[in-house]
Amino acid sequence: MPEFEPVLLWAIAALPLLGFAINGGAALAGRGTKALATIVGPGVVGLAFAIAVVNFLGMRGAELHGPIVESYWQWIVVGGLRIDAAFQLDPLSMLMTLIITGVGFLIHVFSVGYMHEDPGYVRYFAYLNLFVFFMLVLVLGASFPVMFVGWEGVGLCSYLLIGFWFKDREKADAGKKAFIVNRIGDFGFLVAMFMLYANLHTLDFVSVFEQAPVTFAYGGAAITAITLFLFLGAAGKSAQIPLYVWLPDAMAGPTPVSALIHAATMVTGGVYLVARSGVLYALAPVSSIVVAGVGAVTALFAATIGLRQYDIKKVLAYSTVSQLGYMFIGVGIGAYAAGVFHLMTHAFFKALLFLGSGAVIHAMHHAFHHSHSHWDAQDMRNMGGLRRFMPITWATMWVGTLAIAGIWPFAGFFSKDEIIWQTAARAVGPFQPWFRIYWVIALAAAMLTAFYMTRLMVMTFHGGPRMRDDEQRHLHEVSPVMWVPLAMLAVLSVVGGWINVPRAIADAPLLGWIPSSEWLHDWLHPVTEVADATLAANLPAFVEHAPVGGTELFWGAASFALAAIVMVLAYRRISSREIRPAVESAEPTGFGRVLYRKWYVDEIYDAFVVRPVLAASRAMARFIDEYLVDGAVNGVGYASRAFGWVGSRLQTGQLNSYAFAVVAGVLLLLAIVVLQ
Amino acid sequence: MLTRSLVLAAILFAIGTAGVVFRRNAIILFLCIELMLNAVNLAFIALSTSIGIQGQVFVFFVMTVAAAEAAVGLAIIISIFRLRETVDMKNFNLLRW
Repeated sequence: MPEFEPVLLWAIAALPLLGFAINGGAALAGRGTKALATIVGPGVVGLAFAIAVVNFLGMRGAELHGPIVESYWQWIVVGGLRIDAAFQLDPLSMLMTLIITGVGFLIHVFSVGYMHEDPGYVRYFAYLNLFVFFMLVLVLGASFPVMFVGWEGVGLCSYLLIGFWFKDREKADAGKKAFIVNRIGDFGFLVAMFMLYANLHTLDFVSVFEQAPVTFAYGGAAITAITLFLFLGAAGKSAQIPLYVWLPDAMAGPTPVSALIHAATMVTGGVYLVARSGVLYALAPVSSIVVAGVGAVTALFAATIGLRQYDIKKVLAYSTVSQLGYMFIGVGIGAYAAGVFHLMTHAFFKALLFLGSGAVIHAMHHAFHHSHSHWDAQDMRNMGGLRRFMPITWATMWVGTLAIAGIWPFAGFFSKDEIIWQTAARAVGPFQPWFRIYWVIALAAAMLTAFYMTRLMVMTFHGGPRMRDDEQRHLHEVSPVMWVPLAMLAVLSVVGGWINVPRAIADAPLLGWIPSSEWLHDWLHPVTEVADATLAANLPAFVEHAPVGGTELFWGAASFALAAIVMVLAYRRISSREIRPAVESAEPTGFGRVLYRKWYVDEIYDAFVVRPVLAASRAMARFIDEYLVDGAVNGVGYASRAFGWVGSRLQTGQLNSYAFAVVAGVLLLLAIVVLQ
Repeated sequence: MLTRSLVLAAILFAIGTAGVVFRRNAIILFLCIELMLNAVNLAFIALSTSIGIQGQVFVFFVMTVAAAEAAVGLAIIISIFRLRETVDMKNFNLLRW
């Protein structure tokens, strides 16, 4: 096989940066024409995608000897620390690049329609291009610090885009919340980097992952601390308990932003970080239990909140948090390929669902705008029966729903099922009690997923319309520039899962007609082999049956059947219930209210974190700043004034007293000289 | 002889100093300064017997400067008197805090 040479690797990241420069310059100059932004914005991302595809094809046909590192310039040289501005191309970063540029391109195209009437159109594309650039730096960076640059950059773009309509106080606050919560995670990332450097004296991925198995003892304190701090960073970026609270609020941004940043790409950065550092996590069993545990609890917890939300984007936001939890179960239990697989399929179907909800909101907003109604265009209680008006959106969103609910043969079935099965299979050795619990939680959360997604679809598209007649007249399907990306994502949401069909299912009689088998697993093998070997060396063999019995094929079929049954039940239950528009609805009672109010987590955080921090800050300001600092500064001023006043009293203006002082001085000097 | 001359010079100088410190009349102050200068002159002359001619030469310089100083000083006192009709130094304290 020929040697693989990357083609224009730098250009993949540089193109979106160029787009940002052009759009940003045009927006600043205030002369940004929409035509320019429409061509440049999606164009640069599309070009980057084309280059990524060329590289991918080259990589497939070539033999790989470890990751390819391209160094561009020396970035930091301090003492023994040397960090290059370098990109690293290996199967994992290749896959991430394809997802980011591919899904990103579709979302850019969708944005052309969605943001068409917005006065900030050019600025919007400038931010979006900048985001793609930083996201590519995040996944292509060849060392932790370069990755951190991308990590912080996407955080910045997320802040800018959540608060895109910054004139609305609430939306600006949501941006700030996302930024501040992410800072907590970034602290963890930084500490982990410091500790890594202290132990290994390098931060390049290649050398860190070479030296780590030699330097660190299996399950040692150092590696456990490093991986836990890294996970704190991952939990902040990927919205896991306890740092998930920013993601639902991030829905204040434009809906394509939610699709791109808060579903498909940025929030998966934490999953990517853990998968990338798989070698480290394989060495730290305690961290693995924590990562998978946080993922499992988050998956279930967020899913319960999703059951009772009425804002269509909030349902999807909690669904995203829940699905990210699944990904962390995957990378936490050491099934890195499974976690990344779910990351990829989730990028397809969740981007599809978000863009679909964007199409719905766009249409509803349009209709309410025409009738001068002040109803909430995002509240599902105000929708209903949209299927008649928006058939394409309806059909594509059902594809996304079936995919996320885990219905065979849609993409989500394969990725979610692999995670659930691997959790059962890897419940061995020290992990046994933990992973068995996680397995049950993961199954339960899958049921809830099927339920809340069906509820969303029924409330939005089925039943009778709940808006008034003059609004219905203005409801219509979105333009092709918006539904074509939806259709393409729908296709991906079906076939996306076929690249990694487990052998057990591929060999099964009825389900086995899908051609490929475990391709993704083999593709990622060069990245995960060290971690896999570490796990294999320290753990007993994986089990072949679930904790309560049953093989992989049985549980695959069972989870499919359970999801299907839940969907049918949910469909019948929700469509038989009478739903009133939001203005006529009372708040739910009993346990439903607890879920509707999101378990009161925001209120609890407000009482136990936000208020104490604010109160402490105020006390600090009063005592340290106003009392100590200001006191010291003013005190110096007062002291020198008092001293000067005392000195000035000597200056009497009387000649005699001056003469006396001179004589006294002379006598004193004389006395010193004489008496010495 | 030398000792007596120097003692006399010291006494004269002390009287002059005391006058400058304790008296308030500008004219008397002025005279006391002259007294101090001449006490120094006396010491110079007395010491020139044992050291050499330089002391006597120096006395001429002192007298020249004293003469110039007297001219300027008296002129200042006269103009102050014209302005204020008094030469009591107690009243001249404008240059204080």
